[in-house]
Amino acid sequence: MLIHIIVNGEKQKFHCSPDDMLLDVLRDAGYKSVKCGCDTTNCGLCTVWFEGKPVLSCSLPAARANNKHVTTLEGVREEAKVFGSLLVDEGADQCGFCSPGLIMNVIAMKKELGQATEGDIKHYLAGNLCRCTGYMSQLRAVKKYMGVEE
Amino acid sequence: MFTAKEYVMPQTLDEAYKLLMARKNNYILGGCAWLRMGKRRINTAIDLSEAGLDFINETEDSIEIGAMTSYRTVETSEVLKVHFNGVLCDCIANIIGTQFRNTVTVGGSIYARFGFSDFLTPLLALDTYVVLYKEGVIPLSDFMYQPYKKDILAKIIIKKDSRHLSYQMLRNSHADFPIVNVAVSKSGSDYRVCIGARPAKAVTAPKTSEFLSHTNFENIESVTKKAGEIMAEEVKFMTNTKASAKYRQTIARTLLKRAVMEVGIC
Repeated sequence: MLIHIIVNGEKQKFHCSPDDMLLDVLRDAGYKSVKCGCDTTNCGLCTVWFEGKPVLSCSLPAARANNKHVTTLEGVREEAKVFGSLLVDEGADQCGFCSPGLIMNVIAMKKELGQATEGDIKHYLAGNLCRCTGYMSQLRAVKKYMGVEE
Repeated sequence: MFTAKEYVMPQTLDEAYKLLMARKNNYILGGCAWLRMGKRRINTAIDLSEAGLDFINETEDSIEIGAMTSYRTVETSEVLKVHFNGVLCDCIANIIGTQFRNTVTVGGSIYARFGFSDFLTPLLALDTYVVLYKEGVIPLSDFMYQPYKKDILAKIIIKKDSRHLSYQMLRNSHADFPIVNVAVSKSGSDYRVCIGARPAKAVTAPKTSEFLSHTNFENIESVTKKAGEIMAEEVKFMTNTKASAKYRQTIARTLLKRAVMEVGIC
């Protein structure tokens, strides 16, 4: 089936099957920041924004995105660079596989919440898993990005 | 992995129902969180995203939640925060992550009647009704144990009857499913006790509710202990990989005590 998705502000045509998930359609089209890390719908690596809200692209049927706005990490490069630098400064980037999903959710959190406490941050990011770190370095970076006092 | 031959997004429930009934293996899609982990062979996947079912409306005597409303919308709803002690927002706030809750829908989880649901147990403790396209309005307590029939859940209706509500659960980690959960609601001296994640579907505990509704609360320790004994007697707990029946029963007693104390001081 032919669908149109507005990816990072640009309307594009996609040929997909009725049972394709958005994750696979985006990756096939070259948006390699979107990754699948768990196959059980809970790791957060495949996070994209759907109509401005962070969602798991692995469980969103591609056809549902027809004529809708989807944003991937490639569409928020400048903001991602700011937060990505903070991750590096805190030594949080180890294998880096989970970083795109985390960055998408962190930027979404800042847009949605504005001001946040450490509790708000932990709650919002509970669905972003990392198997390298103990989350402390990411948390330091996120707190700096959100302007939370130590 | 599931398969689907066609994908449609009807604009109305009438259109959706006709499509649903057209073939045995035509299915309504909910949030689709676990769709790809299943092996369902779907002929036509019917997506209700365009059918106007994403809403939370407050009327004079009730709150209506559309079937395609996401859990995240429920969690952040200003309407729901001021009713039932905000429990309906809080009870689902720890399910996996924000992205997941932006995906999962109220209709998907209620229609499926999952045993591990954090949402169904507190809803069952309130005066909640489901609105089915064909069958009409039926109490959630009846719907819970009906056989699965082909119909479309359009919305749920929760009566605003000033019930105080408490939801208690035990989970292994912050974003995990509950091992067992308990909801208690109270209006005046009328208590309603519900137990979920047994791990089977949530049930009401009528004898426990009756006892709490007609007892003197002078000694809350002995009242909650007795209520726990009645609940353990009337509710069937089971064993699965997460916990044994005995463990669930023991934990449920403590959760019941906490819930009764919480609504008791409201």
